[in-house]
Amino acid sequence: MIDSGATAFILVCTALVMLMTPGVGLFYGGLVRRKNFISMLALAFIAFALVSIQWVVCGYSLSFGADINGLIGSLEYAFLQGVGMDGDGIPDLLFMAFQMVFAGLTLAIVTSGVAERIKISSFVVFGLLWTTLVYDPLAHWAWGGGWAAQLGALDFAGGTVVHISSGFSALALALVIGKRLGFGGHGMEPNNIPMVLLGGALLWFGWFGFNAGSALAADGLAANAFVVTNIAAASGALAWLCAAWVRGRPGSVGIISGAIAGLVAITPAAGFVTPMAAIPIGAAAGLVCYGALLFRVRQGLDESLDAWAIHGMGGIFGALATGVFAVAAIGGVDGLLYGNPGQLLIQIVDVAVVVAYSFGVTYVIAKVVDLAMGLRVTEEEEYVGLDIAQHGESVRV
Amino acid sequence: MKMVTAVVRPEMFDAVRAALEADGIYGMTVSEVMGRGAQKGIALRFRGKTMPVELIPKVKIDMVVRDADVERIVGIVRANGRTGRPGDGRIFVLPVESICRVRTDQEDPEEG
Repeated sequence: MIDSGATAFILVCTALVMLMTPGVGLFYGGLVRRKNFISMLALAFIAFALVSIQWVVCGYSLSFGADINGLIGSLEYAFLQGVGMDGDGIPDLLFMAFQMVFAGLTLAIVTSGVAERIKISSFVVFGLLWTTLVYDPLAHWAWGGGWAAQLGALDFAGGTVVHISSGFSALALALVIGKRLGFGGHGMEPNNIPMVLLGGALLWFGWFGFNAGSALAADGLAANAFVVTNIAAASGALAWLCAAWVRGRPGSVGIISGAIAGLVAITPAAGFVTPMAAIPIGAAAGLVCYGALLFRVRQGLDESLDAWAIHGMGGIFGALATGVFAVAAIGGVDGLLYGNPGQLLIQIVDVAVVVAYSFGVTYVIAKVVDLAMGLRVTEEEEYVGLDIAQHGESVRV
Repeated sequence: MKMVTAVVRPEMFDAVRAALEADGIYGMTVSEVMGRGAQKGIALRFRGKTMPVELIPKVKIDMVVRDADVERIVGIVRANGRTGRPGDGRIFVLPVESICRVRTDQEDPEEG
């Protein structure tokens, strides 16, 4: 039975989440040097287009088809067979589309690890393999009836599926492709901070659809997810601002990075925690991710735009915080604080497996693509910048 | 007085500026420019086809300095702006006829 209110709401949420992908493009594009601005935006659009097709061909079915041993979905919905205008509350087609925009966004976040040095042709091949072999199984585990769901792991809107997976995959990809030329020596300051903030704003805005829409209904749970999302974002922004202020100046890139850290951390928890729990979750996420970023810089790792520090580590923190702060009155499950330490244990197992799987499988895929066709542009192309080298375009003529 | 104009790689600018600062040279006017040298830019090759990149982004630093400082400053820019590969830039030294400070109308202040 189709509910028109829920359908209207999820249609809008789907569109909101779609806007997050170009939002990531603008966010990342502003953070790189000007000669690679178009490249970062283009990678986001390529990720979205690529996954949109992969998703309807086989991705949706692998994620949400009938469970095979808790690991992957069957191919019963391949080419959208049996996915129609009917459904439970919302049309099956709409559920498919809502999940599709998540998958596209996730691949766009992974581009952080290869910023300013990836060959488009290799990214297309890598992206198809990655979304099929990493994203789809993870989506199945959490939401498609896989082992994590059977175990009782809580992931409301994608802490493991979207954030831990993209963050640790970006790290693996960065290790395979290697550092940018001149990393650590040359200045690589962001070329356009207002564009970073605009991209961040689109992410924050789209995240309301991401989290509230994950209720899959226009109801109180959606309202709770909406409210905790904003609280955690604000809390994360202020925490990062304060931490950066103590160490020097409260840069605006840090403020929006803190907001995203808060958003990442509340994502798995949005349907399980109270609005007041979102304050410590967001604030702690801001501090954890800021610390992870400093650690990444100290280690000399060129995971260029900090998907690992913010999405990876923020995702881990959020998944664990869900096991701590969950309360039965909101999502039907209690966490550690409400007398159910077992939930935290389940969350730890879920996190550990997702970290290992996404990092390990991505590393192998990246190695294979690198050996087969080379992941990286030539030194000369990297020097000129990918806007000209890959697209024949530039921000300034 | 002389005008020292250095055109350097954008990525080397921070090192050049820091070295000049360490030597007490603070005054400079900096512009982002596009340019090319004897190689006529860079030629990228894709599957047999050549794509010329005619103009490459550079940073131009203009400094008006005392005659006695010119050699030292040129040396600092050369030492800190060099990668050894084509495209490291050029340094031009020009005579300066006069300087007027806008704030005070003072002519020829003895400073760089």
